Amino acid sequence: MSGRILIKGGRIIDPSQSLDTHSDLYIADGEVVAIGAAPGDFNADMVIDAAGSWVTPGLVDLCAYLREPGYEHKASIASESLAAVKGGFTTLCCPPATSPVNDTAAVTNLIYDQALTAGKAKILPIGALTKGLAGEQLSEMHALREAGCVGVSNLRYPFRDNQVMKRCLEYACSQDITVFVCPEDHALAKDGCVHEGATSGLLGLSGIPSIAETMAVAQWLILAEETEARIHLGQLSCAKSVELIADAKRRGLKVTCDVALANLIYTDAVIKDFNPAFHVRPPLRREEDRKALLNGVNDGVIDAICSHHQPHESAAKLAPFAETRSGMSVIETVLPQILALTTSGELRLDAAMRALTSGPAQVLELSMGSLQVGSAADVALIDPTEKWLVTESDLVSKGKNCPWLDTELVGLAYKTIVEGRVVYDRSMMME
Amino acid sequence: MPSIDDELSPLQLNRFQHLRHFLTIEGLSRKHLTDILDTADTFIEVGSRSIKKVPLLRGKTVANLFFEASTRTRTTFELAAKRLSADVLNINITTSATSKGESLSDMLRNLEAMAVDMFVVRHAQSGAPHFIAKSVTPRVSVINAGDGRHAHPTQAMLDMLTIRQHKHKFEGLKVAIVGDILHSRVARSQIQALNLLGAEEVRVIAPDTLLPPYIDQFGVKVFSSMKEGMRDVDVVIMLRLQKERMEGALLPSEQEFFRLYGLSQDKLALAKPDAIVMHPGPINRGVEIESAVADGPQSVILNQVTNGIAVRMAVMSMAMSGQIAELTADEEVA
Repeated sequence: MSGRILIKGGRIIDPSQSLDTHSDLYIADGEVVAIGAAPGDFNADMVIDAAGSWVTPGLVDLCAYLREPGYEHKASIASESLAAVKGGFTTLCCPPATSPVNDTAAVTNLIYDQALTAGKAKILPIGALTKGLAGEQLSEMHALREAGCVGVSNLRYPFRDNQVMKRCLEYACSQDITVFVCPEDHALAKDGCVHEGATSGLLGLSGIPSIAETMAVAQWLILAEETEARIHLGQLSCAKSVELIADAKRRGLKVTCDVALANLIYTDAVIKDFNPAFHVRPPLRREEDRKALLNGVNDGVIDAICSHHQPHESAAKLAPFAETRSGMSVIETVLPQILALTTSGELRLDAAMRALTSGPAQVLELSMGSLQVGSAADVALIDPTEKWLVTESDLVSKGKNCPWLDTELVGLAYKTIVEGRVVYDRSMMME
Repeated sequence: MPSIDDELSPLQLNRFQHLRHFLTIEGLSRKHLTDILDTADTFIEVGSRSIKKVPLLRGKTVANLFFEASTRTRTTFELAAKRLSADVLNINITTSATSKGESLSDMLRNLEAMAVDMFVVRHAQSGAPHFIAKSVTPRVSVINAGDGRHAHPTQAMLDMLTIRQHKHKFEGLKVAIVGDILHSRVARSQIQALNLLGAEEVRVIAPDTLLPPYIDQFGVKVFSSMKEGMRDVDVVIMLRLQKERMEGALLPSEQEFFRLYGLSQDKLALAKPDAIVMHPGPINRGVEIESAVADGPQSVILNQVTNGIAVRMAVMSMAMSGQIAELTADEEVA
C-alpha cells in the first residue's frame, strides 16, 4: 500500500498544466493530492528533499520491446521494467512482436501478469492488428481491447494487399481502438539496412529510401481519412513525413505520431565505420530530417518521443552490419540524451518534457503523464546535473547493445514513483 | 548534435600510420597508395624468376576465407602468399563450421587459436572485413578481397598499377568507368584511388538504375550517354555486369545494354587514340565489351591479371610488417 509522500522544494515541470515552478508536491493513496500548500490533514510518511532536482510526471514510452514472452534470451518483462523505472519511465507500451505473437487475450493477460509480478513500471501491451502479424486476417481486436491492449499494430510486417489494410482500419474504427502504424513500404524498403543516401552508396550497403516511409505515411493518411480510423504513426524518420502529418492534423484527421530517440540524435553519417550499434529501423537519415524531427517536437506536430528500446543478446550484434539485428537498448539513457538536446538548444525543455509525458498519454487517451491533482502519482525525480558513466554493468537492461557504452552522460532519474510507491531509488541500487 | 569521432577510422593503420590491415582505400593517403604501387613494382619480376619465391612471409600462415565464390581472386591471393613463402590455408566456407551453426566470431577465434597470421576475406556483406578486423587479436592482419558492394581495394590497386605502367602518371588523366556502378565494389575503390592519386577527371557512365544514390558526391562526373562520357578519355574501365541483373526493373535487355553501354570499336574511337581498355573480369563478351576490343591492341586486361599477384604480394607484406612493427612497439612498452 502506498503511503503519503511529500516531495519538497523541487522544480516541478509538468507540461500538462503548463507548470514550471519550484514548489512542494503531495502524494497520498497513490494520487497527487496537492501542489504548493499541504492539504489540511496531510502527514507525510516520507519526505523527499528535492532541492536542486526536477519533479516531473513519470515518462510514458509508446514503444519499448520487452521480449517476453518468447525471447527471454534477449530480455524479460522484469529486467526491462526495472530498466525503465531507472530511466524515469513509469509507463511502457510493448509491441506485439512476441512469440507467440500478442494476438490473443491469453498473451495479453500473460504480459499483465508478468508486469504485476515485476512490480515496477506500468506495462500496456499493444496487440497485433492481424493474426500472427501475417497481414492477412484481422485479429480479434475487441478481445484484445477487453484484455487491456491500448492499441493494435502490424509493426513493419507487410499486408497482403491494400484491401486488408483498409479492412483493418475499418474494423479498428468500429471497435474504437487506435491503430499504431510503423509506416514503411515493404517493396521499397526490401533488404535495406541503412538510409539510402551518400553513406549507403559509399559503403555499398542496401539503402531504405525516404520514400519507403513517406509513401507509406501518405497511404495511411489517405486510408485513415477514408475510414475515419484513429491512427498513430510511430517512429518517423523523414522530414516529409512530418510535413504530411502536419497537413493531416490541420485538416482534422485523427492522427498522432512519434519519433524514436535515435533519429533525434544521429544521422546516417555515424555508420561510416560499419558500427552495428547504429543499425536501427527506421534508419538514421539526413541532417535535414533530424532537424525537421526536432522542429516537429518543438512545434507539437510530433506528439511523443519514444525510446524504441530494443534489447538484444550480444551475439545479435556480432556480425557484418547488414546481418546484425536492428535496434538499440536505450531506455535507461533517454533522459540524459534528451537533456543534452535541450542544453544544446535543439529541443525546448517544455516541448521535450511534453513529448515524454502528456504527449504520449494523450495518444493513449489515458489520464497519465500529468501531476494534476487527482492524477496517479507517477513521478520522476531528476538530477539534471549528475554525471554518470554508462557501463555494461550499470545497465540493468539485459540488452547491452547501447550505443553510449563507456560514454559519460549528464542527468538521471534518481527516484521513480509509480502510483505513490517508490519503485526505483538510485541510492539503494548503488549500495 | 552529440559528437561522434569524425575522423576516418584508423582501423587499418598502425600507430606509425603504416598499413596494418587493408580494408578500403578510404582513409588512406596518397603516399600509402604510392607505397603500395612502388612495392608492387618490385615484386613484378619475381613472377619471371625460375624460383618464384621471396622469403618475406616465411613461417607465417595466411588463411583465405572466401565466404563467396571466386576463383580468380582467391587464386591470385594464394599465389601471392606462396610467392612470399607463407603457408596458405584455403578454407571452403560452404562446408565449414559456419554452415553447421558456428558463428563467424567463433570461427575466427578458432583460426586465431591455430596461430594464423593473416586473413584474406571475401564476403557477400559490405563491412564484413571491418567486422573481422575489429574482432581479431593484434597478431592477425586482415586483407579485404572484396566485400559486398563496398570495396575491393586490391583490385583497385592492381588497376592503378596497370594504369601507371601505361600512362606513367595520374595527373591529367581522364578515366571513364562504365556499366554496373551500383553493384560494383571495384568501382567504389577505383574512384577513391583515382581521386587520391590525382586523376584529372573520373567519369562514371551508366543508366540511373545502375548508379548508387548521391554518386555525384563521390568525386565523379556522371554521364548516362557513352557518346558524351567517352570523349577524350585516357582510360576506359568496363565493369562486369551480372546477367541476372538484366532482368527485372534494372535493365530491359542485354541487347539494349550492349547497344547503349557496351564497348564497341565505334565507341572506343571516341576516346583518345592511345586510350587503354580495362576490365576486372570475368568478361561477358558481347554484353559489356565486344571481343575485338577485349582482345584488341588497346586492351590491357591480361596485364591486370599479372599485376594482381604483385599488388597482393605488396599489400600482404606491408600489412605483415605493419603488424610486426605494432607488436614490437607493444613489447617495448611492456
